[in-house]
Amino acid sequence: MIGNALLLAVREIRRNAMRSILTILGIVIGVAAVITMVTIGEGATVQVEQQIKNMGSNMLMIMPGKRLGPGLGTSNIQFKEVDAEAIARDIPSVVAVAPVATQSVKAIFGNQNWTTQVTGSDNHYFTVTNRSIKTGRYFTEGELRGGAAVCIAGETVIKKLFSSQNPLGEKIRLQNFSCEVIGQLVAKGQSTMGSDQDDIVVIPLHTVQRRIAGNQDVGMIQLSVRQDASTEKAQKDIMALMRERRHLSPSDDDNFTVMDMKEIANMLTGTTQLLTALLSMVAAVSLLVGGIGIMNIMLVSVTERTREIGTRLAIGALEREVLMQFLVEAVVLSSLGGLLGILLAIGASLGIATVLKVPFIFNTGIIIIAFLFSAVVGILFGYFPARKAARLNPIDALRYE
Amino acid sequence: MNQSDLDTSPVRSGYSLIELAKVDKVYGTGQAAMHALRGVDLRIDAGEFVAAMGPSGSGKSTCMNILGCLDTPTAGDYHFQGVHVGKLTRDQQARLRRHYLGFIFQGFNLLNRTSALENVELPLVYRGLPAARRHARARKALEAVGLKGWEHHSPGELSGGQQQRVAIARAIVTDPIILLADEPTGNLDSATSREVMNLLTEFNRQQSITIVMVTHEPEMASYANRIIHFRDGQIFTDKKNGEERQ
Repeated sequence: MIGNALLLAVREIRRNAMRSILTILGIVIGVAAVITMVTIGEGATVQVEQQIKNMGSNMLMIMPGKRLGPGLGTSNIQFKEVDAEAIARDIPSVVAVAPVATQSVKAIFGNQNWTTQVTGSDNHYFTVTNRSIKTGRYFTEGELRGGAAVCIAGETVIKKLFSSQNPLGEKIRLQNFSCEVIGQLVAKGQSTMGSDQDDIVVIPLHTVQRRIAGNQDVGMIQLSVRQDASTEKAQKDIMALMRERRHLSPSDDDNFTVMDMKEIANMLTGTTQLLTALLSMVAAVSLLVGGIGIMNIMLVSVTERTREIGTRLAIGALEREVLMQFLVEAVVLSSLGGLLGILLAIGASLGIATVLKVPFIFNTGIIIIAFLFSAVVGILFGYFPARKAARLNPIDALRYE
Repeated sequence: MNQSDLDTSPVRSGYSLIELAKVDKVYGTGQAAMHALRGVDLRIDAGEFVAAMGPSGSGKSTCMNILGCLDTPTAGDYHFQGVHVGKLTRDQQARLRRHYLGFIFQGFNLLNRTSALENVELPLVYRGLPAARRHARARKALEAVGLKGWEHHSPGELSGGQQQRVAIARAIVTDPIILLADEPTGNLDSATSREVMNLLTEFNRQQSITIVMVTHEPEMASYANRIIHFRDGQIFTDKKNGEERQ
């Protein structure tokens, strides 16, 4: 009986090819949206994890202030260079400590200008952030101590300011002073947050403090822990040290935050996964709307084909055969929509993954789920019109104008 | 007679093919009630070619629908080969139609955008015949109505007469024992009407298919060997048509 119903349903769909295509469009788009969202979301999650692995999981960041809850936080007492020195001196498991002060500054060379992040730090910065120099050299001790006007620039800045010219030895203007380019960083690409890690100019910490910020503050301390040492232990030691240096009594909250890359990783993958889930839910709603579209067309089709149903009943179709025919028709339509949606989703995901530079991860699970879901949508939304058709009284159906 | 009998049993002997006893059909209730049939008694035997005539509203079509198990009487009994149709379920009635009855409608009622062959095959699909046997029988039926070579044309590509012949092929493809034709020539010109009537006569004589036909054209009725006149929901006259009745 299913075989017969399938035959009749396929004939019916073929008979109304155009309408069938329009009917399933909603399902096609719904299925495609769900699969694309999940695929891209997973790709993004994997990418975040990958990037964090690249950054090194043994990195800690210390930032002033601490969030105590939504909209609540402690005062942001800034660090000084001596805090970084104290950590380097007192915490044995630390390999390198880099005090970092960052400012957004417009860099000018000739008639080109580009607003970039100027990072004031020392040579430890390159060790901690796992970066190295492509051409040129690092800072000298003298330059660091004296706050010399020298800089090491990232690839993006170099490209924006010097089209093809060799930047080494040239002077770029940062806010109110000229600064000699002494090196170029190896390109690193996009960060986990989506920012361009090569849009950066590194200059000595003292230079930022004196010439740009006008204070002695250090916005953040980045450090790396020895590979064989525990980051948890280091984190605890640093917290104790900082509390002591800041004269916090045991009842006081920390007024600084020590972040482990692992935490950041968890936070970021958590955010990505949440976003994926939300977007997929929105996409799932469109799948539901697609199902309603099928029901709508099937109901119209039942009305339009009332005489035909009458004829079928007259020549001996059973109630359940008519029911089955319309139900199978709805399921075949929605499954067809599901299949087309899967193809569309694979194409769209490949395209979007390429554009967003996110790995394309083929997830068989979600494809099977989406397909089954589209079939279930067909059964769910096809049942009501099908029952309506099957319950028609033969003579009323035949007389229907 | 149970369901499996309906599926398999051939013509049952010892019973009249059709027997209506005091059949009433009332549409609506109370003041608005409309009596379409009032106490109709009718017996039709196998092999007859009956024409039902009468003005519109006389009850001829209602009677036909009851004979075709498409409608149920308000009162009275309908026995088909001794089976009390009123006691059959909806599905059993459908099986009865499937195995014993063939329908021809005034409006042809073919599936549009569907080839003649597929239209004729349809009742066989419901009988669950395999594709090859289905095709073969449908082709044979189309050949019998003179439409060999037109198998793959859809109704839209056929003339009215051809469409009605496709409909006749669809009605006879199941080898029914009775054909019910509701104004089969109502939408056709007189030349094609005669062709259709000749076909019906042929099936009646050569394959002894019982035919009950509703018409209001005396010329078409003259092909039948028994003519029943309906008036006001009752049988007014019931006569044999000349010497043709054997």
